[in-house]
Amino acid sequence: MAFLDRHKVIETHATLLLVLSFLVVTIGGLVQIVPLFYLQNTIESVEGMRPYTPLELAGRDIYIREGCYVCHSQMIRPMRDEVERYGHYSLAAESQYDHPFQWGSKRTGPDLARVGNRYSDDWHVAHLTNPQSVVPESVMPKYGYLATRHVDGKYIADIMATHRMVGVPYTDDMIANARADFAAQADPDGDTSGVTDRYGEKVNLRNFDLAPGVTEMDALIAYLQVLGTLVDFSTYTPVASR
Amino acid sequence: MSRKPDPRKSDPGSELNARTTGHQWDGIEEWDNPMPRWWLWTFYATIVWALIYVILYPAWPLITGATPGLLGFSTRANVAAEIERFEAANAPIRARLVAADLETVTQDPELVSFANNAGAAVFRSHCSQCHGSGAAGVSAKGYPNLLDDDWIWGGEMSAIHTTITHGIRNTTDPDARFSQMPAFGRDELLEPAQIEAVAQHVLAISGQDHDAALATEGAAIFAENCASCHGDEGKGNRDVGAPNLTDAIWLYGGDKDAITYQIVNARGGVMPNWNARLSEADIRSVAIYVHGLGGGE
Repeated sequence: MAFLDRHKVIETHATLLLVLSFLVVTIGGLVQIVPLFYLQNTIESVEGMRPYTPLELAGRDIYIREGCYVCHSQMIRPMRDEVERYGHYSLAAESQYDHPFQWGSKRTGPDLARVGNRYSDDWHVAHLTNPQSVVPESVMPKYGYLATRHVDGKYIADIMATHRMVGVPYTDDMIANARADFAAQADPDGDTSGVTDRYGEKVNLRNFDLAPGVTEMDALIAYLQVLGTLVDFSTYTPVASR
Repeated sequence: MSRKPDPRKSDPGSELNARTTGHQWDGIEEWDNPMPRWWLWTFYATIVWALIYVILYPAWPLITGATPGLLGFSTRANVAAEIERFEAANAPIRARLVAADLETVTQDPELVSFANNAGAAVFRSHCSQCHGSGAAGVSAKGYPNLLDDDWIWGGEMSAIHTTITHGIRNTTDPDARFSQMPAFGRDELLEPAQIEAVAQHVLAISGQDHDAALATEGAAIFAENCASCHGDEGKGNRDVGAPNLTDAIWLYGGDKDAITYQIVNARGGVMPNWNARLSEADIRSVAIYVHGLGGGE
């Protein structure tokens, strides 16, 4: 095995060893990662998905800031008990505009992937303010201060532009009107036609926290109320081989 | 316990010394000791296992999809099959439940037994967050107690069924039950003094301590502004979800402050339309369960 004896050359030249090790790791990485960029079946085609509205996106950032993901996952696994409790198992397409996704693997609280439209805004306000007031068994902390912190969407256009850089299809129109849409979604008495033009007729337009002004409570509830409600499952046929 | 001396050290001529890799760095040699057999065979076994696994299960990602594997394993197919299996097992009794007449369904003990079990499970995962795990609601927060015999939208089986199916004041079902009390204070429909008087009248008809003079004054205002929904005697009207004001059961609290706040701000609860999430059999199950909790009519 004269060929195998040549490994002494590699072992005695540190730079050569480094270069060749790097090559091996690169090939291994490429083989695992590259096909995923071309796999059509990692993201199935579904109807109804849209990027988050500015208010929902702000709510999502509050969700992340408060560390909600530490106790709540957003992925319904394909198991009977989860499907029975939370609804249809999550599809990859449903997190395609999430950067980063909020799947998670720790459930101190329930999964939130389909919490949208499940409770009233009123309930969310009461529950976020004092979870034990509506669910005595809950161990969730109180987030009442969200209702007193007003947000004006000053940076929301920048955040949307950043999301566009990583692949979320925000249009120039959406980014130019971000701040107006941000305020309009939580003010049903104002002109909301811009929001529905850009994000569709099904966008939730209402004063989520039932109090004047746009607060972090509005943004977070707007986000929670849209979770898992976008995909039209009446037109979706699961492909079992996926 | 002393360590056994290394034979290679005590005997420089030992044949064990021949087992080196032949590498030498500055006179330092490298032993070529074999791996333990058990370790080596375990290692070979894992390689064989990996090959078998790759053939049997989905493994290699290709351009249009992953190799499916001979067993055709799929988590999504599995969950679909498992749900199918349970649905098939429950299909006959669920079909009977869906076909049953809601008013007479309670006379069929088999259906009631099934519905109570299924309904309890549905209630725990979908209803308990607002109505409480014991269905007692949240007192004075607007989440009604389902154990008592006071019903806002009706306590007959069919009324409960309609409420669960279409919900209340939601924006997602056009058939949702809907009514809106005017915000007499916030929208300045009544003067603060008038609201005070009406509140005293409500305290009076519900048998609480009140100011008799103000209550008499409030009775006239009540007749003009409130009676069209809550009735002349304040007994409520289930067609428009107007609660009975003469009993001791209150949605948002029954003391003077709570009553005044409600007249000023006119809160109303929202309930989702469960037809978007639950099957008809599940809705009927939970309706029968709630009806059987004690207050059903």
